[in-house]
Amino acid sequence: MSVDDATVRKIARLARIEIHEDKVTKMANELNGILNWIEMLNEVDVNGVEPMASAVAIALPMRDDAVTDGNIQSSILKNAPKADSGFFVVPKSVE
Amino acid sequence: MTNLTELNLHQALSGLAAGDFTSTELTQSYLNSIEAQNTNLNAYLVVTGDKALEMARASDARRAVGNVGALEGIPLGIKDLFCTKGVRTTAASKILGEFAPEYESSVTTNLWRDGAVMLGKLNLDEFAMGSSNETSAFGNVVNPWKRKGSNVALTPGGSSGGSAAAVAAHMCLGATATDTGGSIRQPAAFTGTVGIKPTYGRCSRYGIVAFASSLDQAGPIARNVKDSAIMLQSMMGHDVKDSTSLNVAVPDLVAAMANGVKGMKIGIPKEYRVDGMPEEIESLWQQGIAWLKGAGAEIVDISLPHTKYALPAYYIVAPAEASSNLARYDGMRFGARVDGNDLTDTYEKTRATGFGEEVKRRILIGTYVLSAGYYDAYYLRAQKVRARILEDFTNAWTKCDAILTPTAPSAAFGLGEKSDDPIKMYLNDVFTVTANLAGLPAISIPAALDVDGLPLGLQIIGKALDEETIYSVASVMEQAANFSARP
Repeated sequence: MSVDDATVRKIARLARIEIHEDKVTKMANELNGILNWIEMLNEVDVNGVEPMASAVAIALPMRDDAVTDGNIQSSILKNAPKADSGFFVVPKSVE
Repeated sequence: MTNLTELNLHQALSGLAAGDFTSTELTQSYLNSIEAQNTNLNAYLVVTGDKALEMARASDARRAVGNVGALEGIPLGIKDLFCTKGVRTTAASKILGEFAPEYESSVTTNLWRDGAVMLGKLNLDEFAMGSSNETSAFGNVVNPWKRKGSNVALTPGGSSGGSAAAVAAHMCLGATATDTGGSIRQPAAFTGTVGIKPTYGRCSRYGIVAFASSLDQAGPIARNVKDSAIMLQSMMGHDVKDSTSLNVAVPDLVAAMANGVKGMKIGIPKEYRVDGMPEEIESLWQQGIAWLKGAGAEIVDISLPHTKYALPAYYIVAPAEASSNLARYDGMRFGARVDGNDLTDTYEKTRATGFGEEVKRRILIGTYVLSAGYYDAYYLRAQKVRARILEDFTNAWTKCDAILTPTAPSAAFGLGEKSDDPIKMYLNDVFTVTANLAGLPAISIPAALDVDGLPLGLQIIGKALDEETIYSVASVMEQAANFSARP
């Protein structure tokens, strides 16, 4: 499995990171270097092994489905790049 | 009065208790130390001098009425990955802009509950992704240690480089740090300090900027083993705000230090020898073995056969989780926004401008290994290999109580020496990353100086939730090593 320039453009789009055309090939080479190194995992026999989901085996705790916080509109908007009248202001997303 | 910054944390606690000085005086001494050194070392991104003195005066007032916490009046540095209410928190990234959280992390909440004082926020690799502090958007930290007869600036390690440098240079009495693949232990080894990553789930992750959620764990960097025990005891504890936080009793780690190692079995894994590792590190390891033998421990050879697969597995799991965690930085609700032609363009420009090169590289790797058609081949396989690594340790625990290894394959290296080769940089974590993948507690303690006069560390890995054994072993090693060198 090798990453080409088109794949770099595709995953950059999926990750929503603009990538300049003159950096695409360099990034492809770097990713291939890392992916080739990672290939060594194919040597490991993982037949019948359950994938590890968490480091310490605990059952995730359940909690009551109840409101424990709220009425903090100004706190939530405090760090917004743009806010107006109690709302986040974002670029138009629906035509 | 002697210079108060010469006292370590537990000595400062005694001095405060005896009324020899106040927290306000102690805190002022540290603010002076920061002012004198930070321009050169770049360890602090923000110094909260007014807040520190205000907290110190409040601590003195509490002490006056007999209300004394476990860290009463002790000035600490906080890695800038912990959210601190009203104080800018950056994760050393431009993408967070002037973000000042409206809430406090649980770990720092615990420290303030116990009376500690915040001096400021400490530099790190951007989003904790790095081993040299060179990925920080605010410039690298400089290690206070230098090679004998050389003025070359060295890395303090990473990602908790600011924490390690600040502790080593006496710019705080101790510091919080986080460890995803070795980010507490490797910088501790590079700076002659003590760093521990406790068992996954011991410290709440609430309010810590997330990198790789199944690996991230907080811990302290301190000047000695006892200071480390006091700090960690305060930082740990169950927290309902983190569903992976363990609801178990917090052990008495200072008491555990007195237990000794007589009759204890210490495992030596044969796989922890890598090509190109300096002879000095191998002989230091042998020295560590001799110290523990001398104190009555039994040394047993063990095998952790999947060790060499730990780093490649990590470089699938960590970027995959990071690509998901860092999706939240879209410039809409907080942080810096760069306007584009439309919504998608705004996202892409915001993230292209806000993230540094290493962070982008990891997000792209993570996006790739999670993308349709590759999930099974990469992420699922890596999680199975991770189960194999945990199994290695489970087998080892039938033969031994703790494991001794070197912390890092080299001493601190020069800034810029490895930054052009990602894999070379990643190999720094070869001895530390297994404990993250398996969720185990592990400590690094300073053991000796190398031929250039730089500190080297030894690592002790323990069973899950058995930090007490780690502190018993660490205390014995610390006494035997008698490490007293200063930068």
